[in-house]
Amino acid sequence: MQRQLDTVDMTLNMGPQHPSTHGVFRMVLTVDGERIVAVEPYIGYLHRGIEKLSETLNYRQVITLMDRADYLANFNNELTYVMAVEKLMRIEVPERAEYIRVILCELNRIASHLMFYGAMGSDAGVFGTAFMYAFQAREKIVAAFESVSGARMMHNFFRVGGVRDDLPRDFGPIMARLIPQLRQSIEDCHNLLGHNEVFIARSKGIGTIGPQEAIDYGLSGPALRACGVAEDLRRSDPYSIYPKLDFRIPVGKDGDCYDRYLLRVEEMRQSLYMVEQALEIIPPGPVMAQVPKVLKPPPGEVYVRTENPRGDLGIYLVSQGGDKPYRVKVRAPSFCNLMALEHLLRDCYIADCVMVLGSLDIVLGEVDR
Amino acid sequence: MTALGPKEDNSLAVLLGQTLEGVAAVIEQPQGEAVVTVEPEKLVSLCRRLKEDPGLGFDYLRCLSAVDYGDHFQLVYHLYSMAYGHKMVVKVNIPLEDAVAPSVTAVWRGADWHEREAAEMFGITFTGHPHLVPLLLEEGCDEHPLCKSHPMVALRPPRNGDS
Repeated sequence: MQRQLDTVDMTLNMGPQHPSTHGVFRMVLTVDGERIVAVEPYIGYLHRGIEKLSETLNYRQVITLMDRADYLANFNNELTYVMAVEKLMRIEVPERAEYIRVILCELNRIASHLMFYGAMGSDAGVFGTAFMYAFQAREKIVAAFESVSGARMMHNFFRVGGVRDDLPRDFGPIMARLIPQLRQSIEDCHNLLGHNEVFIARSKGIGTIGPQEAIDYGLSGPALRACGVAEDLRRSDPYSIYPKLDFRIPVGKDGDCYDRYLLRVEEMRQSLYMVEQALEIIPPGPVMAQVPKVLKPPPGEVYVRTENPRGDLGIYLVSQGGDKPYRVKVRAPSFCNLMALEHLLRDCYIADCVMVLGSLDIVLGEVDR
Repeated sequence: MTALGPKEDNSLAVLLGQTLEGVAAVIEQPQGEAVVTVEPEKLVSLCRRLKEDPGLGFDYLRCLSAVDYGDHFQLVYHLYSMAYGHKMVVKVNIPLEDAVAPSVTAVWRGADWHEREAAEMFGITFTGHPHLVPLLLEEGCDEHPLCKSHPMVALRPPRNGDS
């Protein structure tokens, strides 16, 4: 006669100081043997009160806080905020400034996705190689950013009404050198991981989510497109000069870790293509609109959203007159994507946990704000 | 790819008017975006209707923000429909004292953390939320820092080891 053994679910703590949690993030896993039954994420370790601080600073100073929300996509964050203020004040931005913004944002998307690539490689167990390849390429982009804004990160470069400076005189030659190098790097990176049998075995069919659930959870960006939803704000709610650029929106079909990886590789190629087009047709002219010395938007509210590397970044800005925002709510893509973690991890093995988290590509700076 | 393009808001206003008939709601369009203000008790049934109506299909909750206006809180729901590209805003006003609002997590699961954040930052209670515990603030913190009445100071004095 066989007797049923009494089994008890075990609780396993992971983080906040864990190398693969991409920052300070803690989750408590309930496991049945090797299988994850439930997960409870704990966030807030990086909470700096960006929304409250924004209410005490004037409209220009808030740009520096947005740099620090998603610190891997600084330009994209700045863009969303300045677009919100511009919409509230009805400021027309000079065309050249729009081009400069898009060029920098798309380069930033590549830099951010390269960071994702390196980190995901480390999560899969190829520590060092993938990371170093990605960082070599990212370093070149960051150096180009430095030549434009003077800073490698935290640029504080976009202004309400345009950008701080024109592009440096040698930006053309810099990009002419950089673009072929980047194109080669992206392919090198992809060849290293994308066709690797071990990597495919560890990511294919892991952490899947269907389109209906993804929409219900509020997923956005590559994580949403990986399950087959062709939703990209650059196309579905176009802003800036994106309607003038030709690009393709890659879409996955399985919604697993491998699709999320492949999609970002394709997005890097598309971004590079967009940068090339924008550099070709960038018009001469001013880079700043006529803007009052003290920014005092009329009372009102706007909600502006843009497509960030990590997804749909929204800023809800309320003005009551005055030179400080009344309320700034940042709808951070990582924050919403992380909510789906409990769904993605259910029935995974403990070992897959870091892969699934890595494939979401969260930045705790914007999760916690 | 026409299904993904943003539709004319005028047609949306007509659609909304038909769907919301009988529900006491105010529709205004300040900047071309439909805004519906609703009583807290009717919020969940309205949201469910907005999501399930085949002509509207607001299946995506983009953002849930709370604003402290000094004499009342306002909850702002930014909705989007993936199928039609419609955008709209639902607003609910709740009093400062006895700040209670119904939870919409049963309609959109993505409302979960947004509501938890609003709950701890403003002290709003969301009835029907499955797990309304603090999200971002330090454990044991019972202040609501995003309220306008809360001063802009550190929540606790610095300790040894703080940089």
